[in-house]
Amino acid sequence: MITVESVTKRYGKYSAVNDVTFTAQPGRVTGFLGPNGAGKSTTMRIIVGLTPPTHGTAHVLGRRFIDLPNPGLEVGVLLDASAQHAGRTGREVLTLATKIMGLPPRRVEEMLELVSLTDDEATRHVRDYSLGMRQRLGIAHALLGEPEVLILDEPANGLDPAGIRWMRNLLRGYADRGATVLLSSHLLHEIEVVADDLVVIGNGRIVADGSKAQLLTRAGTLVRTRHPDQLTTALAISGVTYTETGVPSTGDQLADRGPGRTLRVEADPELVGHIAHRADVALIELRDAEGAGLEEMFLQLTADTQREHHHPSRPGAHTGATDSQEEAAA
Amino acid sequence: MSTTPVTSCAEPRHHPSRPPNRPRVDNEPVTHPPRGIPLRRVVTVELRKSFDTRAGLWLLASIGIAAVLTTGAVIAWAPQTEFTYSRFTLAIGVPMTVILPIIAVLSVTAEWSQRTGLTTFTLLPHRGRVLLAKGIGAVLVAVAATGVAFAAGALGNIVGTAMAGIDTVWDQNLIDVGYFALGNILLLLVGFTLGALIRNSPGAIVAYMVYAFVVPGLLAFLAFNQAWFRDARGWLDPKYNQDLLLQAGDLTGEQWIQLATTTAVWLALPLTVAVVNLLRAEVK
Repeated sequence: MITVESVTKRYGKYSAVNDVTFTAQPGRVTGFLGPNGAGKSTTMRIIVGLTPPTHGTAHVLGRRFIDLPNPGLEVGVLLDASAQHAGRTGREVLTLATKIMGLPPRRVEEMLELVSLTDDEATRHVRDYSLGMRQRLGIAHALLGEPEVLILDEPANGLDPAGIRWMRNLLRGYADRGATVLLSSHLLHEIEVVADDLVVIGNGRIVADGSKAQLLTRAGTLVRTRHPDQLTTALAISGVTYTETGVPSTGDQLADRGPGRTLRVEADPELVGHIAHRADVALIELRDAEGAGLEEMFLQLTADTQREHHHPSRPGAHTGATDSQEEAAA
Repeated sequence: MSTTPVTSCAEPRHHPSRPPNRPRVDNEPVTHPPRGIPLRRVVTVELRKSFDTRAGLWLLASIGIAAVLTTGAVIAWAPQTEFTYSRFTLAIGVPMTVILPIIAVLSVTAEWSQRTGLTTFTLLPHRGRVLLAKGIGAVLVAVAATGVAFAAGALGNIVGTAMAGIDTVWDQNLIDVGYFALGNILLLLVGFTLGALIRNSPGAIVAYMVYAFVVPGLLAFLAFNQAWFRDARGWLDPKYNQDLLLQAGDLTGEQWIQLATTTAVWLALPLTVAVVNLLRAEVK
């Protein structure tokens, strides 16, 4: 169990993390999702006591991290796989950790085997490791003490597809045995597959928090048309809420006539189709937004906090009513 | 999504049926009784960290290598009438005043320069204890190096005087050994302090070189030209007092007070500032 309460971290006037509150539950994989620079790593460093927060508290297993008598046995941490002495061998890195934790030397060999680092690789210096090997070493390091809580920052980085699948199973198994797993990523699909709960952060603030099922249900229907004004008017009249999206059009054979605009509508596809039919609006695409998955939601939720604004439309949600009033005024 | 526990379907060389790290039932919760980490264990690990890399190993070896080389140099080039035990230990002590502080510097700065602090301070969040362990470890190295210096010196003294055909002079006693150790420990703590203040390996090593070689030269020049500084130097110049301790050993009562004063101002105070900063600093 990880509890983060009203955590804020300021560097001068700049807030890296702003009033962040969330809980990672035991027995569940909590995905900590956000674009680069959103504050994921800072939050994780605050949880493990490496960065002092400006305000707020973070507790792991009901205690401040510094109050854990032998943290390695209770919390497995992987913040940056490259943060190892380049001149140490992989085996030595693990040996040092077992010695601090007071674990028997055989744990080193067990963990090397678990993460599939061969004997030859284990005796190489970390400077000669690929990023994938460093991640494996980092995961082995985090699991040494058979911790109840895992905190992993971008653990999938640098792993090959087989490695990612292996890690997914590993984390799933850990959570299923009652462990709390908090894992961050900007790779949406990675998180979507493995996480039970999601915490989405953008520009240092939590923008969405809940179970994956809850957040995905909110996705609604994706609809694309070249007549967005008629459609939005019709949707507004029917009292259906919709959002402009930046989902790029795929497989567009009629590209010369423009890709049209995609809306995410908070209604099922049948109702949206019916509304479009009554309004005599031709649709290019109509589908359950769950197919677009978390990525669409992620782009939505973090659109106004993202660095790259690749959507032509103004990001952010409008209600149909407001929009139709605006159009009426125009 | 599969709910298989820690198996490695992507890794055919494993036994897929039972996870190697967990010979337990799947539904059993993962729990541990918390136990503390004794300081002794931290000291052992911190010492090991100083010497488990190629660079660290060479630094350690260089203590012995430099001792042998300087002993050989004394035998080869010093006037034979000067073959005394102190002549040898004094010469051996010179390279040590560089190597030992560098070991101390790196034990602190590597946590930042190599970013190992991320794991060190998450496995042991009490940074003060980690620092204390590093300090104790560095002092233990200085004590061991003192033993090496006096052993190599004794060997050189026996061989050198035998080759020259003169009487062997044993002009060092246990108190001299203590002075040697104390002098080296003080210099090593200067390195430790600079490491903790600067937290960057090259920067801290350069700072130590400036302290050990550049500043003494400038201050000697100042003392040569300014009578007031010549008189006050003992109260102001820490390296001057440390060199006295290393070279002459026997200090007068006033010189001891001067050593204590300059150590308090130039070592204890900056070390306190460095530790306080380091306890609060962000580890990235």
